[in-house]
Amino acid sequence: MIEMKNVYKKYPNGIVAANGIDIEIKQGEFVYVVGPSGAGKSTFIKMMYREERPTSGDIFINGTNLSSLKNSKVPYLRRQIGVVFQDFKLLPRLNVYENVAFALEVIEETPTVIRKKVMDVLELVGLKHKARMFPTELSGGEQQRVSIARSIVNTPQLVIADEPTGNLDPDTSWEIMNIFEEINARGTTIIMATHNREIVNTIRHRVIAVEGGLITRDEDKGEYGYEN
Amino acid sequence: MKTRTAGRHFRDSLKSISRNGWMTFASVSAVTVTLLLVGVFVMIMMNLNKVADDLEKDVEIKVIVELTADEAAITALQDEIKNTSGVAEVQYSPKEDELNKLMLDFGEDLRLFEQQNPLHNVFYAKAANPQDTEKVAKRIDRLDNTFEVKYGEGKIERLFSFLNTSRNVGLVLILALLFTAMFLISNTIRITIVARRRDIEIMKLVGATNWFIRIPFILEGMWLGLLGAIIPITLVTTLYYNIHKVVAPKLAQGNLFELLDFSPFIYQVNALILLMGVLIGVWGSFMSVRKFLRV
Repeated sequence: MIEMKNVYKKYPNGIVAANGIDIEIKQGEFVYVVGPSGAGKSTFIKMMYREERPTSGDIFINGTNLSSLKNSKVPYLRRQIGVVFQDFKLLPRLNVYENVAFALEVIEETPTVIRKKVMDVLELVGLKHKARMFPTELSGGEQQRVSIARSIVNTPQLVIADEPTGNLDPDTSWEIMNIFEEINARGTTIIMATHNREIVNTIRHRVIAVEGGLITRDEDKGEYGYEN
Repeated sequence: MKTRTAGRHFRDSLKSISRNGWMTFASVSAVTVTLLLVGVFVMIMMNLNKVADDLEKDVEIKVIVELTADEAAITALQDEIKNTSGVAEVQYSPKEDELNKLMLDFGEDLRLFEQQNPLHNVFYAKAANPQDTEKVAKRIDRLDNTFEVKYGEGKIERLFSFLNTSRNVGLVLILALLFTAMFLISNTIRITIVARRRDIEIMKLVGATNWFIRIPFILEGMWLGLLGAIIPITLVTTLYYNIHKVVAPKLAQGNLFELLDFSPFIYQVNALILLMGVLIGVWGSFMSVRKFLRV
């Protein structure tokens, strides 16, 4: 599903965020990406949906080589991947329903299908009753649930989450994790960068530790392994 | 693109207009003020241009016919003048008419001369292009049976050079104003879009293609231009209607020059205002969105 081969990334300011990464992630896996701030976690994740390009090396998502993917084809890649961000990235002038529907409008889905899928997914994240509210009227946890709803409404095979609980209180974080668990149980691959030791140590999954642009640890049912 | 997506873009652009209330208001006001300036200025310049044209059209070539020319020669001369290249129209004024004109100016005393009219028969010719008057006059002068050809030598050169300078100055001013308008309007639109650069980034991350993002913004620019054109069009039309009503009859007495007619002119100005608003709105949006699409 995801394969990185000798991926190297150097930013224009000279920082090396990936220094020869090799990794393989299979369909249906749930992977935590851990590591200190500035260790290259975000770059690792951003390269998967082509927000960043590797300086050298190859990244394959479902057989597509991102290194040779044309800019004009990037939107089509992103439609196969759901992305959840730490800062939610909701469109402030669209209400909950419209934010989620946007991901389907982009692929020119019919209005009937859009309505059905959006309502289904809002039910899954428990926000059906707030469909007409705007992001500013929601709590952080609710906004993150909208963001998750948007990422999965198009039923992608892969969901990437960059510190989805980073801005949320512990209770809300657990709620969010439950949603991810449910999505994963349906067969969706999940890659989640996180700083939350409690979550990683409680809901055990594969853990990949990134430090200094290298993968220093890769274990199934691993521990968080850092002091917070 | 599917039809329903086109409909979606259309609705989205309208939604944006209403949900970005203050931003819309700010852009529309800027567009309004600028287009009003352009409209009023174009109105003034076009009328000054009309005055210049009228002044030019008054320039005549006076062809004084030899006393010895008989009627056949005069007719022949008329044809020759008519066929001279660059001549638009010729009017014959026999010496009796010339005397009548003088009597109008100097009084009935001149009636004495009716018995023995000392005046010449005259042709009044106009050049197709007033600026060519001198050349045309010289061509006519070469014809037989012309005693003298007058065209206000010296005076018209100064008149023409003055009119040409004012036309050029007007043209430069209009171009400068149009440029300023373009700059102002596209800048205000840019500000409203810069405020939403994050939105554009998010849309791209969700998998929207560039055109999917661009089209609603371009439509929104179009609406801003259209909305901004409403007040200028109304004001300019009312203003010109009233000015025309008051000033035109007074100028008509003078017979020297007139204002442009209300009917086709004001529609042309309105079309210009509308077109500018829409084009600049669309162009401004297009250019501003372009920058933020590289995510």
